[in-house]
Amino acid sequence: MFTARELVRPQTVDEAYRILTERPDNVLLGGCAFLRMGARKIATAVDLSRLGLDHIGETAEFIELGAMATFRAVETHPACRDNFRGMLSRAVGNVIGVQFRNLVTVGATVYAKYGFSDLITALLALDTEVALHAAGRMPLADFLDKPPARDILTHIYIKKDGRAAAYQSLRNSASDFPLVNAAVARRDGDWTVVVGARPARAQLARAASQALSGPWPDAATAAALAADELAFGGNVKASAGYRRAMAAVLVRRAVEEVLSCG
Amino acid sequence: MKIVGQSVAKLDGLAIATGKPLYTADLVPANALTVKLLRSPHAAARIKAIDPAAAIALPGVVCVLTHKDVPLVRFTLAGQTYPEPSPYDRRILDDLVRHTGDGVAIVAAEDERTAQQALGLIKVEYEVLTPVLAPEEAIGHPTLVHPEDDLFCNFAIGLDRGRNIAAAHTVAVGDVEAALVASEVVVRNTFRTQAQAQAMMETYRAFSYLDHTGRLVVVSSTQIPFHVRRHLARALELPASRIRVIKPRIGGGFGGKQTAVAELYPALVTLRTGRPAMLVFDRKETFTASNSRHAMLFTVKIGADRDGRIRAIDVRNLADTGAYGEHAPTVFSVAGEKSLPLYNKADAVRYSGYAVYTNKLPAGAMRGYGATQGCFAIESAVNELAAALGMDPCELRLKNIIKAGETDIYHGKPLGSSALDRCIARGRELIGWQGKYPRRDLGDKVRAVGMAVSMQGSGIAGIDTASAEVRLNDDGNYTLLIGSTDMGTGSDTILAQMAAEVLDAPLGNIIVHAADTDVSPFDTGSYASSTAYVTGMAVLKAATELREKIIATAAVALGAAPDEVAFDGATLRSAAGKEISLARLAGQSVVGAERRQLTGCASHGSPVSPPPYVAGFAEIEIDKETGRIALVDFVAVVDCGTVVNPALARVQAEGGIAQGIGLALYEEVAYDERGKLLTDSFMTYKIPCRKDIGSVRVFFEESYEPTGPFGVKSIGEVVANTPAPAIAAAVYNAVGVRMTSLPITPEKLFAAMNNKKLRSETP
Amino acid sequence: MRVAVTINGRPAVLEAAADEFLADTLRAAGYASVRRGCDTTNCGLCTVWVDGRPVLSCAILTARLEGKAITTIEGVADEAAAFASLLVAEGAEQCGFCSPGFIMTVLAMKRELTNPTDEEIIHYLTGNLCRCTGYMGQLRAVKKYLEVNGG
Repeated sequence: MFTARELVRPQTVDEAYRILTERPDNVLLGGCAFLRMGARKIATAVDLSRLGLDHIGETAEFIELGAMATFRAVETHPACRDNFRGMLSRAVGNVIGVQFRNLVTVGATVYAKYGFSDLITALLALDTEVALHAAGRMPLADFLDKPPARDILTHIYIKKDGRAAAYQSLRNSASDFPLVNAAVARRDGDWTVVVGARPARAQLARAASQALSGPWPDAATAAALAADELAFGGNVKASAGYRRAMAAVLVRRAVEEVLSCG
Repeated sequence: MKIVGQSVAKLDGLAIATGKPLYTADLVPANALTVKLLRSPHAAARIKAIDPAAAIALPGVVCVLTHKDVPLVRFTLAGQTYPEPSPYDRRILDDLVRHTGDGVAIVAAEDERTAQQALGLIKVEYEVLTPVLAPEEAIGHPTLVHPEDDLFCNFAIGLDRGRNIAAAHTVAVGDVEAALVASEVVVRNTFRTQAQAQAMMETYRAFSYLDHTGRLVVVSSTQIPFHVRRHLARALELPASRIRVIKPRIGGGFGGKQTAVAELYPALVTLRTGRPAMLVFDRKETFTASNSRHAMLFTVKIGADRDGRIRAIDVRNLADTGAYGEHAPTVFSVAGEKSLPLYNKADAVRYSGYAVYTNKLPAGAMRGYGATQGCFAIESAVNELAAALGMDPCELRLKNIIKAGETDIYHGKPLGSSALDRCIARGRELIGWQGKYPRRDLGDKVRAVGMAVSMQGSGIAGIDTASAEVRLNDDGNYTLLIGSTDMGTGSDTILAQMAAEVLDAPLGNIIVHAADTDVSPFDTGSYASSTAYVTGMAVLKAATELREKIIATAAVALGAAPDEVAFDGATLRSAAGKEISLARLAGQSVVGAERRQLTGCASHGSPVSPPPYVAGFAEIEIDKETGRIALVDFVAVVDCGTVVNPALARVQAEGGIAQGIGLALYEEVAYDERGKLLTDSFMTYKIPCRKDIGSVRVFFEESYEPTGPFGVKSIGEVVANTPAPAIAAAVYNAVGVRMTSLPITPEKLFAAMNNKKLRSETP
Repeated sequence: MRVAVTINGRPAVLEAAADEFLADTLRAAGYASVRRGCDTTNCGLCTVWVDGRPVLSCAILTARLEGKAITTIEGVADEAAAFASLLVAEGAEQCGFCSPGFIMTVLAMKRELTNPTDEEIIHYLTGNLCRCTGYMGQLRAVKKYLEVNGG
């Protein structure tokens, strides 16, 4: 059973960071959707909801997601609906239900690097950076590869570079976790292919991305490469073999979707 | 009829829909102790040592009980009429734990946190045993799930604990081997149905206290208050007269609450401490420590003539009853008894096999009670036969199904009513069978239709008994006392409709009371599709008796013969034109000497269990590349006899179909190799969400059941049965593979389609 | 911790431990309509509104809600009864245990969406599980409610 002795609600990120790093059993609170399922013994729970990090903004250059922006906010915000063919909104729109998406935050999801995440897969196919209080700003891919460190993820920046993008996921029951998911984006001739819920976290399919970026992008070739180059695992939801086969299907469909939009 | 047949709102509908405090946990006394159970982390283990000292020492802990502190008597928790046919194989706590989640110790504390903390302080030393997990390996397994020698059953059910057999069963009519040999076409296949969780939204819960006379009062979310009282009496070694069981509103049951899952523990705490005590199962406990549908493994052989007459059906079954045998013999027998009689043109039928113990969550009762599993196996085989004969599956059914007035081959009794032929014909039209059967290829996707038929029973013939009492109150209103347990179905309301119909009363003049063992007339409880049919008839009889008494009493007052008195529900008039109002008559009946309050009392049991029928039609779309199935449309045409309340009947059907869709496509109880349950939450065990259901359309083809009240049969269970075989048939029609194991997940279908492709590519 | 909020429009001070969830605080404060159906944020039974948005009260720590406006079904009783009567007319409340959370989501949807399609309705309500009805009767009731009350 999860327990917390104390809950604090700092007004600045500095203060939050100071409290977080005071003790190893101090913990940040994001959307808290999964808190109850764990058995963490928390000394001080640090609430980030007073830091003004719940906004979604749009500049000429970036979509800016505050770490405390909820999935529902991403689902409904015009910046997320209108850019990248609505990929961000669609990626988070199937996560359980509205009352759940009104709680879970983009910051906690990305910081936790959840394998089953729909959002991370979509973000990774775009030119996405994350801003961390201590470690500073860095590409999402770099952050995902770094070993876990205690820090506060404050913002996510998505470059509005006009990519055409598509998101695909396979679920059995519609409100279940994805069995596997894929996101594909193209900017000019440069392609990015990402596969997530493998069930390990989303990863760039380099060979597939490269193959598409050649003169004759072929969906089937990219699909086969992506399925081949990434590692897949099995769990109670699906076997590794099925995930691999489906990754190929989803990548191909996403590539075709992007190709079809010219 | 004025009220029977109308979609009146449930009497409790508005109150429960808007969240009024009417359920068990809403009624608990403020000072109640919180009860929690320490549960086994092992599928099979002997408790070598258990030390609760540290837990007892924790401030706020009031009581810790282990196997050393409980009565040694063995009992069953199955909600069945005494003497129960289920094995007496439980103790409150035992030194042998038989599944992950089995009880190890009971803790009662002043609050939940303390109780939770205390669980962690109980020291247990286990000798971990090799668990029996696969039912196919249970018979002859070196581990005995029940090695104890005081295990017994009231009946010879084939219990053989030395071989892990909970029950054995054989029914044979005619010479099935000879009939199969004589058949021109024989299909044979094996079918596997999974354990399914009832997954009612209100988890198991009960609280208890001692009343002003020191009697034990247990308030429980249960389908079976009278059986619970009897079980508590035996297990706690207390006279039943010292126990009262009250059922408030119930947040769903689906058979799960036909087993006394939770009541014993708070009751024991109350007896030991004198304090009120409350136990609420969390969702994980509900998955790991209650009961589920029996998983079954069938081998079916069907023989037929070339022209489609089914000559022989031979079914072997192996049912997994898990760690305890509640409902094991009866669920097993119902799998045959409520599916094979559909086809009575056969020369011979046979149904046989075993229900075996394993070290898994006990199986128990769940909506359909074996018939759901039998329906999947037999209907799938009949669909396979249709393909082998090159015959439309609807035609094959119409040729072979039993008709009203014909003799049921399984029971040798004539069938009172059936509209199944009309159900098939109408469903075929409504789904658009012609034009959709068998498939339409859409490129990446393919659409197809499939169908199945199903039967159930209405109550348990010769066993179920319900009593009802209707009183004329002093103000001219009525009180209807019943012991059945409306778990959300609306049975209180439809029984009131029946009483109102007999008494020509507005529904608002009927007060319904249920269920409290101190007050209610005896009823076995709401299960086995019994309430509308069995309790309904008791209500009909009681109301009729009261009506006759009202008329007889008025006749005296009016100076007329009873057959000269007309009663329109409000006023009684003699042929001579004299009249008295019901209210006046009622008032007079409770004033002064030699008066008598007018009541009608009746009991009812039925020698038959008339089957309701469903013809179910599924239209699905398969993504050929992923194997994912989307349900496009499901049409069910239902013969439940007379429909008492169309709105409630419709939602019963829609809800049952959704559970059947869950069984077909989504729901699966899974274990790891050591017997730990992997699907212990709604995150891992997926009941259908509203996006999964697509369109479900329900229609009624009424028949008139001569033995039922107003021609009623039943509806609660039969509706859950056809989705799985109909969807599996549609899958075959779509892509040519027979899915014989449920649920049909995308991965399983993908594998099957690719195996087929591989086979067809291999020269 | 003492947490000053409004509940159903009235100021209230909730006393809650740091690790206490809103569903439990509300139940302890007498809001019996708030129920848990799971422990994994899947079922929607515990749905209440915080600042007008439907959320899972089983997953929000009460201590984070200082200054927030909490609404339970008791706070929108007339609207809830208006929809509930349509739900009951369909027989689609059935056991009723999931109804309060479901109704809170329906009423939030009515505020948030204009003339939703069937697909949009189903999408908005997907987080509310129901084991009794198969959802069809609920959809009929929602559509009738939107027809009668706009939305």
